[in-house]
Amino acid sequence: MSVPLAPAVSGGRVRALRASRAGGARERPPAGTSRTAGYFFVALYVGLLLLLGIAPVVYAIYLALSNSGGFGANFTHAFNDYRFVPAFEHIIEFVAFWLISQTVLVVGLVLMLHNLEPRVGAAFRFLFYIPGALAGAASVVVWLFMLDPTASPFAFVLHWFGYAQFDNTIAPSNLPVIFAVMAFWTGAGGWIVVMYGALNNIPTELIEAAAIDGSNAFQTALRIKLPLIRKWIIYMLVLSFAGGTQLFTEPAVLGQAALGVGVSQYWSPNQLAWFIASQYDEFNVAAAISVVLLVFGLLIAAILVWRGRFFEVD
Amino acid sequence: MALPRRYAIRLVGLAVLLVFTALFFVPIIWLLLAPTKTDGQLLSQSPFAFGSLSTLGHTFNRVVNYDGQSLLVWLKNSAIYSFGGTALAVLAAIPAGYGLALTHFIGRKTLLSITLVVMIMPATALVLPLFLEMNKVGLVGTIWSLILPFGFFPFGVYLAYIYFSSTIPKDLLAAARIDGANEWGVFRYIAVPLARPIIGLVAFFAFVASWNNFFLPFVMTYDTSQYPLQIGLRQLIGSTATFNPTNFTAGSSVEVLHRPDLAMAVIIAILPVLIVFLFSQRTLVQGMLAGATKE
Repeated sequence: MSVPLAPAVSGGRVRALRASRAGGARERPPAGTSRTAGYFFVALYVGLLLLLGIAPVVYAIYLALSNSGGFGANFTHAFNDYRFVPAFEHIIEFVAFWLISQTVLVVGLVLMLHNLEPRVGAAFRFLFYIPGALAGAASVVVWLFMLDPTASPFAFVLHWFGYAQFDNTIAPSNLPVIFAVMAFWTGAGGWIVVMYGALNNIPTELIEAAAIDGSNAFQTALRIKLPLIRKWIIYMLVLSFAGGTQLFTEPAVLGQAALGVGVSQYWSPNQLAWFIASQYDEFNVAAAISVVLLVFGLLIAAILVWRGRFFEVD
Repeated sequence: MALPRRYAIRLVGLAVLLVFTALFFVPIIWLLLAPTKTDGQLLSQSPFAFGSLSTLGHTFNRVVNYDGQSLLVWLKNSAIYSFGGTALAVLAAIPAGYGLALTHFIGRKTLLSITLVVMIMPATALVLPLFLEMNKVGLVGTIWSLILPFGFFPFGVYLAYIYFSSTIPKDLLAAARIDGANEWGVFRYIAVPLARPIIGLVAFFAFVASWNNFFLPFVMTYDTSQYPLQIGLRQLIGSTATFNPTNFTAGSSVEVLHRPDLAMAVIIAILPVLIVFLFSQRTLVQGMLAGATKE
């Protein structure tokens, strides 16, 4: 759950965003329906939203701000923790690797798939999508095996890099790349499906016109298809960035392999917040870190929603 | 002149696709084959060799009986948390989507916007605040600390909202009202029967999200008897000799597991989701593409 958005969910999110714009403006609830009925239908959901969406956020902010040391003391405490800056450095490194490789590879693969026979393309898409079922701890365990040079089917690749033992592979400096590979593996297939759908939106006349004008498949992909799915690429980047900052599962599970001495219990900011809460009972400081992370996520979500016009396709 | 070059490009393209197919699919094939081998065979045989069915049986028994059948307890816990959360998510999301799409009330647009924001915000960002809240009210370590957050599923509300606003003809509802149906009757007898596909889709997404969730149960459960499978898997890594050799020094009473056992546990953990994935592929992909295809 932590890094890659469940691929299926991200697809639905795209859909939801578009529909919100289209639906919000176009459709009006029918006149004559009673107003109280609406409240009744949304009541349970609103209750859950208040208790499990709004209340925890308000409470975390309250905890983060309340301290005998004065306003903002928890934040100062958190920022001055010797583990705080490294945790954010780790995350930035990981997100950079992940976003760059995911963008290049997803876009490249989907443009290639789109040139294949529809049936063949569908088969590939499905194969790429399957690892999404393993999101969470399961995919990390799978990659424990893949990164173990003694048993991995990819051992020859690991040997190229000079890794003969598991602890060579998971050296601390490799961790951002390793987490990026895991995130790519579970998440890319979902994005490929979404992008493929976006490519299918491009009118065939446009592609045919380009072909008549002498454009080859490569030029068409680069000059026509790519610009038309640009918005989806940005959408993927923004959502992945927001998700990436929250990394928790991958380092928490990998750290359980004791050979992975490089994976500390506070490798990522979310881990650090949990570590401070669970080991020192310093809930106010933990709340301060989680508020920082929340602000990241909320800001990105709010920008996407209120500047959603950006993502309007066609 | 153009022809050979074109073929060369095609070949390169095909090679790239095959490399990535291997990257995506080889780990899964390897995983499925690993429990048929012993730890020694895992090293000596080809990664894609099939061991034997009897080894598979032994591996299965060893994992299931490990530590007083912990795995079965975790499986049961995962099922309780996931089904409980999914049921709540569907119960809340379907009427809410209907209410947002087809009724009118003050605050409807605001609720819609908040739902979108919470949906797009990474769910992980809420985990620690949820822990702090649950800790305050004393629910940490109870099933409610998981079922309630799993049941809060804004994405499902949105899916239902889109479904109801785009597929149910308003005239149909109006006709039912003219015929004397009240608002509940319209929902119960007209909208719900028409909404079967979306109920399935919301249930599926809610189930997968709950089943695969790691961070939330990680902070909410503190006893192995409460763990869902995802947390149990992590525990098993600690019992696997290859990854934690120091745990098994002479005289240690910890039961030792090996790599094939761990692979078997992963298969058991992902099986429910994998089966749904394989059998509902068409529906799933349609669901994912619903927004991306032309109306």
